[in-house]
Amino acid sequence: MAAAVRAIGSLGRLPAAARAGPTRHTPPRGYACRNISTSSALQNRTHVSCDIKGDVAVVRFNTPNSKVNTLSKQLSAEFTDVMNEIWANEAVKSAVLISSKPGSFIAGADLNMLEACKTAQEVTQLSQDGQKMLEKIEHSPKPVVAAISGSCLGGGLEVAIACHYRVATKDRKTVLGTPEVLLGLLPGAGGTQRLPKMVGLPAAFDMMLTGRNIRADRAKKMGLVDQLVEPLGPGVKTPEARTIEYLEEVAIGFARGLANKTVSAKRSRGLMQRLTDYAMALPFVRQQVYKTVESKVQKQTKGLYPAPLKIIEVVKTGLDQGNDAGYLIEAQSFGQLAVTKESKALMGLYHGQVHCKKNKFGTPQKEVKTLAVLGAGLMGAGIAQVSVDKGIKTILKDTTQKGLDRGQQQVYKGLNSKVKKKSLTSFERDSILSNLMGQLDYKGFEKADMVIEAVFEDINVKHKVLKEVEAVIPAHCIFASNTSALPISQIAAVSKRPEKVIGMHYFSPVDKMQLLEIITTDKTSQDTAASAVAVGLKQGKVVIVVKDGPGFYTTRCLGPMLSEVVRVLQEGVDPKKVDAISTAFGFPVGAATLIDEVGVDVATHVAEDLGKAFGPRFGGGSIDLFKLMVQKGFLGRKAGKGFYVYQEGVKNRSVNSGMDEILEKFRVPANPDVCSDEDIQMRLVTRFVNEAAMCLQEGILSNPVEGDIGAVFGLGFPPCLGGPFRFADSYGARQLVDKLRKYEAVYGSQFTPCQLLLDHANSPSKKFHQ
Amino acid sequence: MSSMLSSALRNLPVSSAWAAGAFTRSLSCSSPFQAAAQPKTKKTLGKTGVKNVVVVEGVRIPFLQSGTTYADLMPHDLARAALQGLLTRTSVPRDVVDYIVYGTVIQEVKTSNVAREAALGAGFSDKTPAHTVTMACISSNQAMTTGVGMIAAGQCDVVVAGGVELMSDVPIRHSRKMRKTMLTLNRAKTLGQKLSLISKIRPDYFAPELPAVAEFSTSETMGHSADRLAAAFGISRLEQDEYALRSHSLAKKAQDEGLLQDVVPFKVPGKDTVTKDNGIRPSSLEQMGKLKPAFVKPYGTVTAANSSFLTDGASAMLIMSEEKALAMGYKPKAYLRDFVYVSQDPKDQLLLGPTYATPKVLEKAGLTLSDIDVFEFHEAFAILANLKAMDSDWFAQNYMGRKAKVGAPPLDKFNTWGGSLSLGHPFGATGCRLVITAAHRLKKEGGQYGLVAACAAGGQGHAMIVELYPQ
Repeated sequence: MAAAVRAIGSLGRLPAAARAGPTRHTPPRGYACRNISTSSALQNRTHVSCDIKGDVAVVRFNTPNSKVNTLSKQLSAEFTDVMNEIWANEAVKSAVLISSKPGSFIAGADLNMLEACKTAQEVTQLSQDGQKMLEKIEHSPKPVVAAISGSCLGGGLEVAIACHYRVATKDRKTVLGTPEVLLGLLPGAGGTQRLPKMVGLPAAFDMMLTGRNIRADRAKKMGLVDQLVEPLGPGVKTPEARTIEYLEEVAIGFARGLANKTVSAKRSRGLMQRLTDYAMALPFVRQQVYKTVESKVQKQTKGLYPAPLKIIEVVKTGLDQGNDAGYLIEAQSFGQLAVTKESKALMGLYHGQVHCKKNKFGTPQKEVKTLAVLGAGLMGAGIAQVSVDKGIKTILKDTTQKGLDRGQQQVYKGLNSKVKKKSLTSFERDSILSNLMGQLDYKGFEKADMVIEAVFEDINVKHKVLKEVEAVIPAHCIFASNTSALPISQIAAVSKRPEKVIGMHYFSPVDKMQLLEIITTDKTSQDTAASAVAVGLKQGKVVIVVKDGPGFYTTRCLGPMLSEVVRVLQEGVDPKKVDAISTAFGFPVGAATLIDEVGVDVATHVAEDLGKAFGPRFGGGSIDLFKLMVQKGFLGRKAGKGFYVYQEGVKNRSVNSGMDEILEKFRVPANPDVCSDEDIQMRLVTRFVNEAAMCLQEGILSNPVEGDIGAVFGLGFPPCLGGPFRFADSYGARQLVDKLRKYEAVYGSQFTPCQLLLDHANSPSKKFHQ
Repeated sequence: MSSMLSSALRNLPVSSAWAAGAFTRSLSCSSPFQAAAQPKTKKTLGKTGVKNVVVVEGVRIPFLQSGTTYADLMPHDLARAALQGLLTRTSVPRDVVDYIVYGTVIQEVKTSNVAREAALGAGFSDKTPAHTVTMACISSNQAMTTGVGMIAAGQCDVVVAGGVELMSDVPIRHSRKMRKTMLTLNRAKTLGQKLSLISKIRPDYFAPELPAVAEFSTSETMGHSADRLAAAFGISRLEQDEYALRSHSLAKKAQDEGLLQDVVPFKVPGKDTVTKDNGIRPSSLEQMGKLKPAFVKPYGTVTAANSSFLTDGASAMLIMSEEKALAMGYKPKAYLRDFVYVSQDPKDQLLLGPTYATPKVLEKAGLTLSDIDVFEFHEAFAILANLKAMDSDWFAQNYMGRKAKVGAPPLDKFNTWGGSLSLGHPFGATGCRLVITAAHRLKKEGGQYGLVAACAAGGQGHAMIVELYPQ
């Protein structure tokens, strides 16, 4: 849908953490190596190296053939080896840990290593090995300094906080965090125990439960790092190379200082910090904190995600019963969590996201440097915003000055909110805005490399715009249509150059929603597709590419579900209940609210189009109900009234009483056999999943991975289920088909399972995700 | 601009000021003899169809650490003193001066066109127009080149250019909220309205707004940027301290030998006549090594001792077309030849202006680095980074789009009478000092070409070729 589907915060940005990608696996070296002389061991090492600079050992992490370092078995083994040598070497008084890759200290544990484990015990063992190693570092008689540049996440952060001192580069790439929770895990190498002691209980909970990335300057304030190093500009080397070298020099200085006691690792704590620490030392206060945090987590996760609750439990055990108990339960819980289906689903999404950050069409012939966006509405301005801040010159064109002003203000506001959050300086904001040209005419379109239209969803308007644009753009320029339902081939029908026409379906709000659905027609050229994907990736989007058809993939899946929502409402379930039932299943936004967000007029429009294209399968709820709502002006959030009443500044919105009459008018009898809460949930979800499977069956989708990503990131399909296809696998195709048949018996063909699902149901070994 | 360094510098033990007076790196002493012996085969840089512009004279009042003798004056007082000094030295008839241009950085709001106020007070004709320019640390360079442009274009024959800075007093403002309230108060008509406005004033309204010492675009102070630049070029604390010591020692030597002839005495009202710069204090490496970093704490390399202090001062220069000067019977000191302005990334290359400007101005003049006999570079911060950058092929190729490096100026021709580090750096006034010093050194050392270069806030820079007027 063109309009809002607010994705769940937690998955908003999957960790750069495990952005590990598959790392090359070299067989773990035996411990025998330790007996060989140092020099030969040095030669054998591929992941960790060690330089001795005077009395300071510099340990460098460098996972070969990878952009990031990950804590793989190999790296851990070599690291242990190197540290043992350092401890044995009398000439070395202190050590610095640093990465050879400027953009990554250690980005986390090697996911493949975790996924290769068959049982919880195996994972627990991994965790305990890590704990032991880091405990040795913590108790090392020679001070160890972590020199952090780039991502320091998950296991990487745990290594850093086991050290005695931390120096970090103050740049945008340097982020610290514990994103394990986003993968359904917890920090499993002592992190749950060390973090609360280091930054205090509230901050530690915040980090571990949200998985948020913390920038270096913030980390310094929190006490997570001790010193910052400003990034350097060009000198006699590239800025990156020299900055990390400088970081090393500074870290060596501190390592030496710690060893000869001229530097103290003790931080001076502010009054507030000391007060908080004092309060947290009181068991009574701690209990209160646990309680508050627990109820917050319950409210947000509806109990669907086991990891956050485990994190609270593990932290609690450590603080109340001591380190040994804490480490033990941390390792055990880590093992248990790693084999949960939630964790598997979240990891699946992570891998899917990595997959969708690649351009399978290759590098386009011509990079898009100038982009024109038609229509300065919510969508158009949103697209402009995510383009200008990536350095793309963007023309924003509207037909009225008022519309244009609104759009330009939206872009300004979006950027300015980043200034307020200090992730952007006001100067950067201004220079970004200089990439934006707002105008009412087609001036400058002769230089555009791509035009994205976000005009009113009406085929005649789209045709008119396409013709106007084609008259002014250069031959290489791509025409992309941001439509949520109109088939691209239909739009391209009036084009003189259909190979340059493509669909780019953004989701609102564009600056928040990660998904971009790209739609290719039979005539769209490979290069056009490559260019569109490249632009999407540059805009920071997770991109899925689907074939053309009514509703493409995302809108088409949502259609039957929303139709079912209407039927449920007609059956007398009130909107609040519908919302509660759907959020309880894991949808981030309740189903009735979703319609309000999308806009009832838009939903009507789409439902009609899709109804025409697909026939009775898209029936269920009465479209006349929507039409009456539109007539009454109940258009949803944008109109202030839909199923709910929306008022500025009022948080608890109330049900729109004007809807009672409408709902009453379209009331249908409910069949108690299929109207339990669970049945309602399954009616919504099975229709969604069935339609998704049909998209795969018909080749709209090229693979289940993109299907899952599209559903979760575009439509808010419950992330804990990993998407419709992963859900079909974990729930069981057989069971799904059974449910569909049950509802089919009551409601008819809308629930008829598609052939692909039937095939899967008939052969249990068949899975969408192997 | 700069930072509050003076107080830290003052903490240096006084005794050490003379301790290193005997600093014996003889970097420059021998050069005059060699240069004098050199045969004069170099061409002159005059261009056909363009008027030759000459410097007749350049003066400056002594540069003082801010907060000392000039503390109670206003900027135009300093400028006035420099202008009067120029008049005294040259005895130029007042009505001959066609135009006056002055450079300044931190403006006193009462005298925002400080050029005009100073000129009127210095006894210039009230018929001589004057304007003020600003371009951070190269403001007086801009004033000079503005004059050069006017003369070359045939619009003027005689221009006085100069610069002034008074860091002892800078405008500190009320907060924006307070200003808004006060301005609205002006418009309030009834007592009720006034009271209601006054009642809205909150304690935070009284927080003063200091003039920014930081780069506006990046919010980074110049010292901090200089420290990063030093790190980027791998320049150690010791190298910087050694350079600072060199600067102070050479300045001291020049002062003692009476080479700083551009200084004119200034009788400060209510105080004694000031005759000498007061920031020159050669210390020892040991003393300097004790200072803590001033910007990147605790491990940076830029300290109060190895960067320039906040300075009060003013300079003035008489520029004419060659024929006018000759017609009036003057013996010009030097030609002002080709000049360039450059700008680059204000974040990571803030102070590399000289690096960019040097090869460009040489190319323009058809000279090479080895043709230059004296180098006068502004050396407030980061001068060593510039020397390294100029000597790096990698930097030239990757950041300047040049085939090869221009090369680092040989130190025996470089700032041999001290520089901004030791003599002081009144932002708006330094450019004229550089040019006139280059001219004096050319004469003293027997060279022909001088190269003046300076960096400025905003990531800008300037360079100019000064050619000795045939003797």
